[in-house]
Amino acid sequence: MVQLTLPKNSRMGEGKIWPKPEGATNLREYRIYRWSPDDGRNPRIDTYFVDADDCGPMVLDALIYIKDKIDPTLTFRRSCREGICGSCAMNIDGTNTLACTKGSNEVSGEIVKIYPLPHMPVVKDLVPDMTRFYAQHRSIEPWLQTTSPQPEKEWLQSHEDRQKLDGLYECILCACCSTSCPSYWWNGDRYLGPAILLQAYRWLIDSRDEATGKRLDNLEDPFRLYRCHTIMNCSQACPKGLNPAKAIAEIKKMMVERRV
Amino acid sequence: MANADTRAKRPLSPHLQVYKLILTMLMSILHRITGGALYFGTVLVAFWLIAAASGPEWFAFVNEIYGSFLGRLVLFGFTWALVHHMLGGLRHFVWDMGHGFELETANWMAKATIIGSVSITIVLWIIGYIVG
Repeated sequence: MVQLTLPKNSRMGEGKIWPKPEGATNLREYRIYRWSPDDGRNPRIDTYFVDADDCGPMVLDALIYIKDKIDPTLTFRRSCREGICGSCAMNIDGTNTLACTKGSNEVSGEIVKIYPLPHMPVVKDLVPDMTRFYAQHRSIEPWLQTTSPQPEKEWLQSHEDRQKLDGLYECILCACCSTSCPSYWWNGDRYLGPAILLQAYRWLIDSRDEATGKRLDNLEDPFRLYRCHTIMNCSQACPKGLNPAKAIAEIKKMMVERRV
Repeated sequence: MANADTRAKRPLSPHLQVYKLILTMLMSILHRITGGALYFGTVLVAFWLIAAASGPEWFAFVNEIYGSFLGRLVLFGFTWALVHHMLGGLRHFVWDMGHGFELETANWMAKATIIGSVSITIVLWIIGYIVG
Protein backbone atom coordinates (compact mmCIF):
# COMPACT_ATOMS: atom_id res chain seq x y z
CA MET A 1 0.00 0.00 0.00
CA VAL A 2 1.18 3.50 -0.79
CA GLN A 3 1.79 5.42 2.39
CA LEU A 4 3.81 8.53 1.68
CA THR A 5 4.36 9.55 5.31
CA LEU A 6 6.12 7.68 8.08
CA PRO A 7 4.17 5.96 10.86
CA LYS A 8 4.08 7.86 14.16
CA ASN A 9 6.73 5.75 15.86
CA SER A 10 9.10 6.26 12.91
CA ARG A 11 9.12 10.05 12.66
CA MET A 12 12.55 11.49 13.22
CA GLY A 13 13.51 14.19 15.68
CA GLU A 14 16.63 16.20 16.36
CA GLY A 15 19.24 14.24 18.26
CA LYS A 16 22.43 14.97 20.09
CA ILE A 17 25.21 17.19 18.75
CA TRP A 18 28.40 15.42 19.72
CA PRO A 19 31.51 17.44 20.65
CA LYS A 20 34.05 18.21 17.96
CA PRO A 21 37.37 16.34 18.19
CA GLU A 22 39.98 18.52 19.86
CA GLY A 23 42.67 20.17 17.79
CA ALA A 24 41.13 19.18 14.44
CA THR A 25 41.29 21.72 11.64
CA ASN A 26 39.68 19.77 8.81
CA LEU A 27 36.22 18.84 10.12
CA ARG A 28 33.45 17.10 8.22
CA GLU A 29 29.93 17.11 9.57
CA TYR A 30 27.92 13.88 9.64
CA ARG A 31 24.22 13.61 10.44
CA ILE A 32 23.30 10.04 11.21
CA TYR A 33 20.02 8.24 11.88
CA ARG A 34 19.84 6.76 15.37
CA TRP A 35 17.29 4.45 16.92
CA SER A 36 17.62 2.08 19.81
CA PRO A 37 15.07 -0.56 20.83
CA ASP A 38 16.01 -0.02 24.47
CA ASP A 39 14.96 3.54 25.29
CA GLY A 40 11.41 3.74 23.92
CA ARG A 41 12.15 6.95 21.98
CA ASN A 42 11.50 7.87 18.36
CA PRO A 43 14.34 7.83 15.83
CA ARG A 44 16.54 10.93 15.87
CA ILE A 45 19.37 12.46 13.87
CA ASP A 46 22.68 12.82 15.72
CA THR A 47 25.38 15.21 14.54
CA TYR A 48 29.02 14.19 14.60
CA PHE A 49 32.21 15.92 13.52
CA VAL A 50 34.96 13.83 11.96
CA ASP A 51 38.58 14.93 11.71
CA ALA A 52 39.14 14.34 7.99
CA ASP A 53 42.94 14.50 8.47
CA ASP A 54 42.78 11.62 10.93
CA CYS A 55 40.34 9.44 8.98
CA GLY A 56 40.33 7.31 5.82
CA PRO A 57 38.66 8.53 2.63
CA MET A 58 35.50 6.43 2.62
CA VAL A 59 32.22 7.01 4.44
CA LEU A 60 32.77 3.68 6.21
CA ASP A 61 36.08 5.03 7.54
CA ALA A 62 34.18 7.95 9.03
CA LEU A 63 31.61 5.63 10.64
CA ILE A 64 34.40 3.56 12.18
CA TYR A 65 36.11 6.79 13.31
CA ILE A 66 32.90 7.86 15.05
CA LYS A 67 32.41 4.47 16.67
CA ASP A 68 36.04 4.30 17.85
CA LYS A 69 36.58 7.86 18.98
CA ILE A 70 33.26 9.59 19.63
CA ASP A 71 30.31 7.28 20.23
CA PRO A 72 30.78 3.51 20.66
CA THR A 73 27.01 2.96 20.66
CA LEU A 74 26.67 3.83 16.94
CA THR A 75 25.59 0.58 15.31
CA PHE A 76 26.11 -0.50 11.69
CA ARG A 77 27.02 -3.60 9.70
CA ARG A 78 30.35 -3.85 7.95
CA SER A 79 32.78 -6.55 7.02
CA CYS A 80 34.95 -6.67 3.89
CA ARG A 81 35.51 -2.89 3.40
CA GLU A 82 35.99 -3.50 -0.34
CA GLY A 83 32.48 -3.71 -1.82
CA ILE A 84 32.11 -7.47 -2.02
CA CYS A 85 30.16 -8.46 1.12
CA GLY A 86 27.32 -5.94 0.85
CA SER A 87 27.03 -5.50 4.62
CA CYS A 88 27.46 -1.73 4.80
CA ALA A 89 24.62 -0.89 2.37
CA MET A 90 22.88 2.29 3.55
CA ASN A 91 21.39 5.54 2.33
CA ILE A 92 24.17 8.12 1.97
CA ASP A 93 23.56 11.61 0.57
CA GLY A 94 20.08 10.59 -0.61
CA THR A 95 20.94 7.44 -2.53
CA ASN A 96 21.59 3.86 -1.54
CA THR A 97 25.15 2.65 -1.77
CA LEU A 98 27.93 0.87 0.11
CA ALA A 99 29.61 2.99 2.78
CA CYS A 100 32.94 1.29 2.02
CA THR A 101 33.07 2.27 -1.66
CA LYS A 102 31.53 5.73 -1.30
CA GLY A 103 34.16 8.42 -0.83
CA SER A 104 33.31 11.20 1.64
CA ASN A 105 34.45 13.68 -1.00
CA GLU A 106 31.88 12.27 -3.46
CA VAL A 107 29.16 13.77 -1.25
CA SER A 108 28.24 17.07 -2.85
CA GLY A 109 27.16 19.18 0.13
CA GLU A 110 28.99 20.15 3.31
CA ILE A 111 27.08 17.66 5.43
CA VAL A 112 27.07 13.89 4.96
CA LYS A 113 23.62 12.54 5.76
CA ILE A 114 23.30 8.84 6.51
CA TYR A 115 20.13 6.77 6.96
CA PRO A 116 19.46 3.04 6.99
CA LEU A 117 18.27 1.41 3.74
CA PRO A 118 14.86 3.01 3.03
CA HIS A 119 11.46 1.63 3.99
CA MET A 120 12.81 -1.24 6.10
CA PRO A 121 12.15 -2.18 9.72
CA VAL A 122 15.07 -0.88 11.79
CA VAL A 123 16.80 -3.24 14.22
CA LYS A 124 19.10 -0.51 15.52
CA ASP A 125 20.61 2.67 14.04
CA LEU A 126 21.81 1.81 10.51
CA VAL A 127 20.95 -1.89 10.75
CA PRO A 128 17.77 -2.88 8.88
CA ASP A 129 15.91 -6.16 9.31
CA MET A 130 16.60 -8.15 6.13
CA THR A 131 14.40 -11.15 6.99
CA ARG A 132 11.84 -10.60 4.25
CA PHE A 133 14.48 -9.84 1.62
CA TYR A 134 16.23 -13.15 2.32
CA ALA A 135 12.92 -15.04 2.38
CA GLN A 136 12.12 -13.59 -1.05
CA HIS A 137 15.53 -14.71 -2.30
CA ARG A 138 14.79 -18.21 -1.03
CA SER A 139 11.43 -18.16 -2.85
CA ILE A 140 13.10 -18.04 -6.29
CA GLU A 141 15.15 -21.18 -5.46
CA PRO A 142 18.54 -19.71 -6.33
CA TRP A 143 20.39 -22.90 -7.16
CA LEU A 144 20.99 -25.02 -10.25
CA GLN A 145 18.06 -27.32 -11.01
CA THR A 146 18.36 -30.16 -13.52
CA THR A 147 16.53 -33.27 -14.64
CA SER A 148 19.20 -34.66 -16.98
CA PRO A 149 21.47 -37.40 -15.62
CA GLN A 150 24.31 -36.00 -13.58
CA PRO A 151 27.48 -35.66 -15.70
CA GLU A 152 30.62 -37.44 -14.51
CA LYS A 153 32.42 -34.16 -13.88
CA GLU A 154 30.99 -30.63 -13.94
CA TRP A 155 27.99 -29.30 -15.91
CA LEU A 156 29.60 -27.84 -19.02
CA GLN A 157 28.75 -24.48 -20.52
CA SER A 158 29.94 -22.81 -23.71
CA HIS A 159 31.93 -19.62 -23.52
CA GLU A 160 29.01 -17.71 -25.06
CA ASP A 161 26.50 -19.13 -22.58
CA ARG A 162 28.79 -18.28 -19.69
CA GLN A 163 28.98 -14.69 -20.93
CA LYS A 164 25.21 -14.37 -20.51
CA LEU A 165 25.78 -14.47 -16.75
CA ASP A 166 28.05 -11.42 -16.83
CA GLY A 167 26.34 -8.46 -15.22
CA LEU A 168 24.24 -10.86 -13.12
CA TYR A 169 26.56 -13.12 -11.13
CA GLU A 170 28.34 -10.06 -9.67
CA CYS A 171 25.29 -9.19 -7.55
CA ILE A 172 26.23 -9.24 -3.86
CA LEU A 173 22.64 -9.02 -2.55
CA CYS A 174 23.32 -5.80 -0.65
CA ALA A 175 19.69 -4.69 -1.26
CA CYS A 176 20.68 -1.16 -2.34
CA CYS A 177 18.52 -1.56 -5.46
CA SER A 178 15.46 -3.16 -3.87
CA THR A 179 15.25 -0.58 -1.09
CA SER A 180 15.62 2.28 -3.61
CA CYS A 181 12.54 1.13 -5.53
CA PRO A 182 9.24 2.93 -4.79
CA SER A 183 7.32 -0.12 -6.04
CA TYR A 184 9.17 -2.21 -3.48
CA TRP A 185 8.44 0.42 -0.82
CA TRP A 186 4.70 0.27 -1.45
CA ASN A 187 4.34 -3.42 -2.31
CA GLY A 188 7.38 -5.12 -0.84
CA ASP A 189 5.20 -7.78 0.73
CA ARG A 190 4.17 -9.10 -2.69
CA TYR A 191 6.59 -7.59 -5.23
CA LEU A 192 9.96 -9.39 -5.24
CA GLY A 193 11.98 -6.26 -6.01
CA PRO A 194 14.94 -5.67 -8.34
CA ALA A 195 17.66 -7.63 -6.50
CA ILE A 196 15.64 -10.83 -6.26
CA LEU A 197 14.38 -10.51 -9.85
CA LEU A 198 17.94 -10.01 -11.12
CA GLN A 199 18.86 -13.18 -9.25
CA ALA A 200 15.84 -14.94 -10.75
CA TYR A 201 17.01 -13.93 -14.23
CA ARG A 202 20.50 -15.17 -13.44
CA TRP A 203 19.03 -18.70 -13.13
CA LEU A 204 16.54 -18.29 -15.99
CA ILE A 205 19.30 -17.44 -18.44
CA ASP A 206 21.77 -20.07 -17.21
CA SER A 207 22.15 -22.62 -20.04
CA ARG A 208 22.74 -25.44 -17.51
CA ASP A 209 19.49 -24.87 -15.62
CA GLU A 210 16.54 -27.02 -16.69
CA ALA A 211 13.75 -25.51 -14.56
CA THR A 212 13.14 -22.42 -16.73
CA GLY A 213 9.42 -23.12 -17.21
CA LYS A 214 8.80 -23.68 -13.52
CA ARG A 215 10.79 -20.56 -12.66
CA LEU A 216 8.73 -18.44 -15.08
CA ASP A 217 5.48 -19.92 -13.70
CA ASN A 218 6.57 -18.84 -10.25
CA LEU A 219 7.06 -15.25 -11.45
CA GLU A 220 3.89 -15.02 -13.60
CA ASP A 221 2.02 -12.88 -11.12
CA PRO A 222 0.66 -9.32 -11.13
CA PHE A 223 2.82 -8.46 -8.14
CA ARG A 224 5.94 -10.64 -7.97
CA LEU A 225 7.24 -9.49 -11.36
CA TYR A 226 4.91 -6.96 -12.91
CA ARG A 227 5.07 -4.33 -10.17
CA CYS A 228 8.21 -3.11 -11.91
CA HIS A 229 7.26 0.15 -13.64
CA THR A 230 10.75 0.95 -14.95
CA ILE A 231 11.36 3.74 -12.46
CA MET A 232 15.08 2.87 -12.82
CA ASN A 233 16.08 3.80 -9.25
CA CYS A 234 17.54 0.29 -8.96
CA SER A 235 19.99 0.64 -11.82
CA GLN A 236 20.90 4.16 -10.71
CA ALA A 237 21.68 2.88 -7.20
CA CYS A 238 23.55 -0.40 -7.80
CA PRO A 239 27.05 0.03 -6.29
CA LYS A 240 28.33 -2.77 -8.55
CA GLY A 241 27.12 -1.02 -11.72
CA LEU A 242 24.64 -3.77 -12.58
CA ASN A 243 21.30 -3.18 -14.28
CA PRO A 244 18.40 -4.87 -12.48
CA ALA A 245 15.84 -2.91 -14.54
CA LYS A 246 17.20 -4.52 -17.71
CA ALA A 247 17.19 -7.98 -16.13
CA ILE A 248 13.52 -7.52 -15.16
CA ALA A 249 12.70 -6.40 -18.71
CA GLU A 250 14.39 -9.56 -20.02
CA ILE A 251 12.17 -11.68 -17.76
CA LYS A 252 9.10 -9.85 -19.05
CA LYS A 253 10.29 -10.57 -22.60
CA MET A 254 10.74 -14.27 -21.77
CA MET A 255 7.15 -14.30 -20.48
CA VAL A 256 5.89 -12.99 -23.82
CA GLU A 257 8.18 -15.17 -25.92
CA ARG A 258 7.02 -18.39 -24.34
CA ARG A 259 3.42 -17.57 -25.29
CA VAL A 260 4.05 -17.00 -28.99
CA MET B 1 16.65 -11.02 22.43
CA ALA B 2 16.08 -9.12 25.63
CA ASN B 3 12.58 -8.18 24.67
CA ALA B 4 10.12 -10.49 22.92
CA ASP B 5 8.00 -7.77 21.28
CA THR B 6 10.97 -5.82 19.89
CA ARG B 7 10.00 -6.68 16.32
CA ALA B 8 6.58 -5.05 16.60
CA LYS B 9 8.02 -1.76 17.82
CA ARG B 10 10.64 -1.43 15.13
CA PRO B 11 10.36 1.87 13.25
CA LEU B 12 10.19 2.07 9.48
CA SER B 13 13.28 3.70 8.00
CA PRO B 14 12.65 6.94 6.05
CA HIS B 15 12.09 6.58 2.29
CA LEU B 16 10.55 9.38 0.19
CA GLN B 17 11.53 11.80 2.95
CA VAL B 18 15.24 11.28 2.35
CA TYR B 19 15.63 9.81 -1.14
CA LYS B 20 17.17 12.05 -3.78
CA LEU B 21 14.74 12.99 -6.54
CA ILE B 22 16.24 11.10 -9.47
CA LEU B 23 15.30 12.19 -12.99
CA THR B 24 13.92 8.81 -14.08
CA MET B 25 11.92 8.56 -10.84
CA LEU B 26 10.52 12.06 -11.41
CA MET B 27 9.49 11.06 -14.94
CA SER B 28 7.72 7.99 -13.58
CA ILE B 29 5.80 10.17 -11.12
CA LEU B 30 4.92 12.65 -13.91
CA HIS B 31 3.76 9.78 -16.13
CA ARG B 32 1.34 8.74 -13.39
CA ILE B 33 0.10 12.28 -12.75
CA THR B 34 -0.40 13.07 -16.45
CA GLY B 35 -2.16 9.72 -16.87
CA GLY B 36 -4.58 10.70 -14.12
CA ALA B 37 -5.04 14.17 -15.61
CA LEU B 38 -6.05 12.62 -18.93
CA TYR B 39 -9.20 11.19 -17.30
CA PHE B 40 -10.18 14.72 -16.37
CA GLY B 41 -9.27 15.98 -19.86
CA THR B 42 -11.39 13.26 -21.46
CA VAL B 43 -14.36 14.45 -19.42
CA LEU B 44 -13.77 17.94 -20.86
CA VAL B 45 -13.77 16.55 -24.42
CA ALA B 46 -16.92 14.52 -23.74
CA PHE B 47 -18.60 17.59 -22.31
CA TRP B 48 -17.69 19.55 -25.45
CA LEU B 49 -19.04 16.82 -27.77
CA ILE B 50 -22.25 16.48 -25.76
CA ALA B 51 -22.72 20.24 -25.94
CA ALA B 52 -22.19 20.15 -29.72
CA ALA B 53 -24.84 17.45 -30.02
CA SER B 54 -27.26 19.36 -27.78
CA GLY B 55 -27.62 22.39 -30.02
CA PRO B 56 -25.91 25.66 -30.97
CA GLU B 57 -26.69 27.44 -27.66
CA TRP B 58 -25.08 24.75 -25.57
CA PHE B 59 -22.10 24.56 -27.92
CA ALA B 60 -21.62 28.31 -27.76
CA PHE B 61 -21.91 28.19 -23.97
CA VAL B 62 -19.20 25.54 -23.57
CA ASN B 63 -17.02 27.22 -26.19
CA GLU B 64 -17.20 30.41 -24.19
CA ILE B 65 -16.05 28.63 -21.02
CA TYR B 66 -13.24 26.80 -22.83
CA GLY B 67 -12.26 29.99 -24.67
CA SER B 68 -11.86 32.05 -21.49
CA PHE B 69 -8.39 32.65 -20.09
CA LEU B 70 -8.85 30.04 -17.36
CA GLY B 71 -10.37 27.59 -19.86
CA ARG B 72 -7.44 28.00 -22.21
CA LEU B 73 -5.03 27.51 -19.34
CA VAL B 74 -6.70 24.22 -18.43
CA LEU B 75 -6.72 23.12 -22.08
CA PHE B 76 -3.04 24.05 -22.36
CA GLY B 77 -2.36 21.82 -19.37
CA PHE B 78 -4.46 19.06 -20.94
CA THR B 79 -2.45 19.35 -24.18
CA TRP B 80 0.80 19.03 -22.24
CA ALA B 81 -0.47 16.06 -20.21
CA LEU B 82 -1.56 14.35 -23.42
CA VAL B 83 1.73 14.93 -25.25
CA HIS B 84 3.82 14.11 -22.19
CA HIS B 85 1.96 10.90 -21.50
CA MET B 86 2.21 9.91 -25.16
CA LEU B 87 5.98 10.45 -25.24
CA GLY B 88 6.23 8.58 -21.93
CA GLY B 89 4.28 5.78 -23.54
CA LEU B 90 6.76 5.65 -26.42
CA ARG B 91 9.58 5.47 -23.85
CA HIS B 92 7.86 2.51 -22.21
CA PHE B 93 7.42 0.95 -25.65
CA VAL B 94 11.17 1.14 -26.22
CA TRP B 95 11.75 -0.42 -22.79
CA ASP B 96 9.21 -3.18 -23.47
CA MET B 97 11.29 -4.11 -26.51
CA GLY B 98 14.24 -4.53 -24.15
CA HIS B 99 16.14 -1.39 -25.21
CA GLY B 100 17.13 1.87 -23.53
CA PHE B 101 18.16 0.50 -20.14
CA GLU B 102 21.71 1.83 -20.12
CA LEU B 103 21.81 4.68 -17.63
CA GLU B 104 22.95 7.27 -20.19
CA THR B 105 20.17 6.24 -22.58
CA ALA B 106 17.49 6.16 -19.86
CA ASN B 107 18.53 9.58 -18.58
CA TRP B 108 18.68 10.94 -22.12
CA MET B 109 15.18 9.62 -22.85
CA ALA B 110 13.88 11.18 -19.63
CA LYS B 111 15.26 14.60 -20.63
CA ALA B 112 14.04 14.19 -24.20
CA THR B 113 10.53 13.42 -22.93
CA ILE B 114 10.23 16.53 -20.79
CA ILE B 115 11.87 18.86 -23.34
CA GLY B 116 9.87 17.24 -26.14
CA SER B 117 6.52 17.47 -24.35
CA VAL B 118 6.91 21.13 -23.45
CA SER B 119 8.14 22.12 -26.93
CA ILE B 120 5.48 20.15 -28.82
CA THR B 121 2.75 21.64 -26.60
CA ILE B 122 3.97 25.19 -27.26
CA VAL B 123 4.28 24.55 -31.00
CA LEU B 124 0.77 23.06 -31.13
CA TRP B 125 -0.67 26.13 -29.42
CA ILE B 126 1.21 28.52 -31.67
CA ILE B 127 -0.18 26.63 -34.67
CA GLY B 128 -3.61 26.72 -33.02
CA TYR B 129 -3.48 30.48 -32.63
CA ILE B 130 -2.18 31.02 -36.18
CA VAL B 131 -4.86 28.79 -37.75
CA GLY B 132 -7.76 29.60 -35.47
